[in-house]
Amino acid sequence: MADAQSVSRLVEVHDHVDVTAVTAPTDQELIDFIVREARLIDQHRLDEWLDLFAEDGIYWLPLEWGQTDPKLTASLMYEDKLLLTIRIERLKGNRTFSQKPRSRCHHVLQTPQVDRRDEVNNEYVTWTPMHYVETRYDDQQLYAAWATHTLTAIDGALKIKLKRVDIVNCDAAFGNIQLFM
Amino acid sequence: MTRYRGNVEAVRSLIRETEVHRDVYIDEEVFQLEMEHLFANTWVYVGHESQVPNEGDYFGTTVGTQPILMVRHSDDTVRVLHNRCPHKGTRITTETCGNTGKFFRCPYHAWTFRTDGTLRQIPLAKGYENAKLEESHAGAGMNPVRHVHNYRGFVFAKLNDVGPGFEEFFGESLSSFDNMVDRSPAGKLEVAGGVLRYMHNCNWKMLVENQTDTCHPMVAHESSAGTAIEVWKNAPPGAKKPMAVEIYAPFMSPYDFFEKMGIRVWPNGHGHTGVHHSIHSNYSAIPGYFEKMVAAYGENRAKAILDENRHNTIYFPNLMIKGPIQLIRLFKPIAANKTLVESWTFRLVDAPDMLLERTLVYNRLINAPTSVVGHDDLEVYERAQEGLKVDANQWVNVGRLYDPSEQADVTAEDNGTTEWQMRNQFRAWSKFMTMSM
Repeated sequence: MADAQSVSRLVEVHDHVDVTAVTAPTDQELIDFIVREARLIDQHRLDEWLDLFAEDGIYWLPLEWGQTDPKLTASLMYEDKLLLTIRIERLKGNRTFSQKPRSRCHHVLQTPQVDRRDEVNNEYVTWTPMHYVETRYDDQQLYAAWATHTLTAIDGALKIKLKRVDIVNCDAAFGNIQLFM
Repeated sequence: MTRYRGNVEAVRSLIRETEVHRDVYIDEEVFQLEMEHLFANTWVYVGHESQVPNEGDYFGTTVGTQPILMVRHSDDTVRVLHNRCPHKGTRITTETCGNTGKFFRCPYHAWTFRTDGTLRQIPLAKGYENAKLEESHAGAGMNPVRHVHNYRGFVFAKLNDVGPGFEEFFGESLSSFDNMVDRSPAGKLEVAGGVLRYMHNCNWKMLVENQTDTCHPMVAHESSAGTAIEVWKNAPPGAKKPMAVEIYAPFMSPYDFFEKMGIRVWPNGHGHTGVHHSIHSNYSAIPGYFEKMVAAYGENRAKAILDENRHNTIYFPNLMIKGPIQLIRLFKPIAANKTLVESWTFRLVDAPDMLLERTLVYNRLINAPTSVVGHDDLEVYERAQEGLKVDANQWVNVGRLYDPSEQADVTAEDNGTTEWQMRNQFRAWSKFMTMSM
């Protein structure tokens, strides 16, 4: 169990993770990737964040507890790179009035756990309990969630095939959620 | 301070021909009167019968701010009951939906009630021998809502005895429900996909007005729909336009598109945009669907059903439906400055799954708390809720394309950018607010 201080040290040290190894990523490399991914969101480095996704990568925020079907059951988000690009470009827009002023966000992650290593199919699944705070004006909302990352190594770099974030009260009536968990 | 209670003239004076007073949006007393009068004298949407398919199935919701439940009774009809124990007031159901079996059982003292609300059993009943229980409120059981109507699966309730009957209240506006249901080859809908619930810090009427506000999409949604169009311009030539872009892009249609789509108003505050076409008109065909419709209805009738592409239909006071994509939005009032928006979706029975999939993409992209289009809208509602505190101007304008010869409670068609439907809603508001004062 990492305390807040050691998490922040981890982030500092591994800001520029370079997964160039041809061999399968180590557990630590998977963990470092997850930590850096959250950091890029918190620092509004969203173009770099988007680059972490594989070309067919998906960001999924289910609506239903234990949801299995993203197509015939509603989700809060189920977005491919095109939709994520639209979101990120929108956040930069001069006429994006819901971002005047801008929202800010903050992740606190538990140490990611490597749930599955499938080196034959080049697929790695991690599980990361987290708290996510989004704030704008005087309003600050706290969400508790579990992030499940399905990662793959492409040309020596880890990429996200699927980032799934299950919010503990996924079916509650929320106000705006404008950034990324 | 009581300014409006019992003062019919004061309530009526909030509504002028082309403007409405800010108190209809921000005043807590007006809100309370809306709950007591407007939401009691009109037919308010409860739910869809497919949510309670089997005997004993129930679904809990609200009419105005009052908890009610809808339940499938042993005679297979759908009943609507006030959701409180007649004994101590405990709300009977807490899960939103479930099956109660043959009877409801209060978790506090184990009083039980049949699914029509009548009292079934009380533990230690002889303790009430001298209490004249049968003459008391408690002895009456769970009160049924007296006026309930199931229209092609859509269940409505009217709490008060005053106010028009169902057919009189809705009249020709029911044609929008008809079109939604007829789009199923089996003539049947089922609630499907789950409900998106989105909390808004603004008055419920701002949302209702927005549904027929055709001068805002290209402005407020430039950030979302406009960006979608710009991003898609970078797609490789010949790439198939994805469903999401097909859904976003029409929000940026020019004024001319919205002027020509037309608006139709009906009596009692109902009306719709998209008389001639709408943002839903040019979606790609779903393989296999038209063939099923032709098999069910014949080619001419199938074409007529699918050519009707109404945009948003308002069922006054607080329901909007989109027939062409089988989606409804219920604007549930919580306080003068707080509204819960529920967006429900339906499966067309016997139609390809892809239709439901598209409806869910639309709902997610447009109506979710995570929707960029939703963010655009909520921002302007909340700014209005705040801006209305300005004393220097206490009126909101609804005068676009007003004609002094304009009548209340008529059926008429007009230019799609008119605010006639907003005026129509406020005339109905005034009527149903004061009907029981």
